[in-house]
Amino acid sequence: MIIAERKPVDEIIGMVSDARKVLVLGCRGCVTVCSAGGEREVEILASLIRLGMQKQGKQIETIEGTLVRQCDKEYIDAIDEWDGQYDAIVSMACGVGVNFIANLRPTTRVYPAVNTSFFGGSAEQGVWKEQCAGCGNCVLHLTGGLCPVARCAKSLMNGPCGGSVNGRCEIHPDVECIWQSIHDRLGRIGNAEAMNVIAPIRDWSTAGHGGPRKTLRDDLTI
Amino acid sequence: MTFTPDIQAFCCHYTSQQTIAEGKEGLKQDGLPENVTFNRVVCTGKLQVSTLLKAFEEGADGVYVVGCPADKCHNVKGSQRAAKRVDAIKKALAELAVEPERIEMFHLERGFHPEFVEAARFMNKRITELGPCPFKGEAQ
Repeated sequence: MIIAERKPVDEIIGMVSDARKVLVLGCRGCVTVCSAGGEREVEILASLIRLGMQKQGKQIETIEGTLVRQCDKEYIDAIDEWDGQYDAIVSMACGVGVNFIANLRPTTRVYPAVNTSFFGGSAEQGVWKEQCAGCGNCVLHLTGGLCPVARCAKSLMNGPCGGSVNGRCEIHPDVECIWQSIHDRLGRIGNAEAMNVIAPIRDWSTAGHGGPRKTLRDDLTI
Repeated sequence: MTFTPDIQAFCCHYTSQQTIAEGKEGLKQDGLPENVTFNRVVCTGKLQVSTLLKAFEEGADGVYVVGCPADKCHNVKGSQRAAKRVDAIKKALAELAVEPERIEMFHLERGFHPEFVEAARFMNKRITELGPCPFKGEAQ
C-alpha cells in the first residue's frame, strides 16, 4: 500500500490561513490503513486546524468527510454533497488523491495534508517499511521475491556493494543488506545459482524518468 | 489579575474510583484544586486524541490523563496507549507553538493515594504559571 505521514500542523495551517471554510477530506484506502488520513485522522486534523486558527485569533469552519477512495473518479464525485460549503479542500489522501481532486475540480483550491512516502507494508504495529519502488520492470522472480531496487540503498542489480557488515547496510546500519538476504534466501529455496546471472544494464525508462506513466487495459476500457 | 486555569483531568475508572468516592467536600479538604474537573473513562486506553483536543477547543488551559501504572493496567496496555496519545498531542502542540506541558500523563496506583491529589496540584501550579492557553486567542 501507499504509506504517508501527516505534514506538520503549522505547515497545513499556513496553507489554509486565508480560508474561512475548509473541507478536511480523508480517504478509506491506503492512508486509513497506515493511520495517516482516514476518518480518525480527519477528526484530529480538523480539530488541530480549528485550534491553530483560534490561536491566531481567526475563525475557521471545518467540514469533515471521508471518501471510499480519492484515486477513483467514481468515488470522488461524492464530494458533490459538500458543494458550496467550503472554499478549500485539505486532502488527507496520498498525492494521487490530491491530483485527482485537482484534476476534477479545476476551480477549487486543494491542499495536501500528508507527505506521500513510499510503497510499503506493515512490519509491526506502527511500523511501515518500503518494499517496492514501483519501477515498472519487476525482477523479483530473479531475486527470491526481495526487491533490490527498493531495498538496497544503492539499488544495485548485481549483488552487494561490498560495504555491508554482518548482513547490515553500510548506509543505514539498522537496515538489512537486501543482497545478503537475497543470497541467503536463494540458497534456502534451492536457487543459489541465480546469484551468478549477470543482470544486464537496466532499462529505467519504465521507472518514471521519462515523465508520468500510464497503464491502458484494452479489455477493461469501454 | 489572578488567573484560575480551567484544567480537565481524564481518569480511568480504577485509578479514580476511590478518590471520587471522597466526594467534592472531601477532596477539597484533601487539597484538591477546585478548578480541576474530572472526566472519568472506563480505561484511558479508550481516550482518543480527538477527545483530548476537544477539551482544549472547549476552553481548557491544561489537560491531563491519569491511568494505571504502565505495567499494571487492568486492560493490559490501556494506559500505555493513553501515554502514546498524550505524546502525540504534545508533538502537535509544539508544532502549533503552544507549550507541550499543557498536557501530561500520570501513571498512578489504584485506590486513594496522595499522589492523585498531588498530580492535580502539580498541574494547577504548572498551568497557572504558564498562563491562559494560547488557543484562546493571541489577543488575550
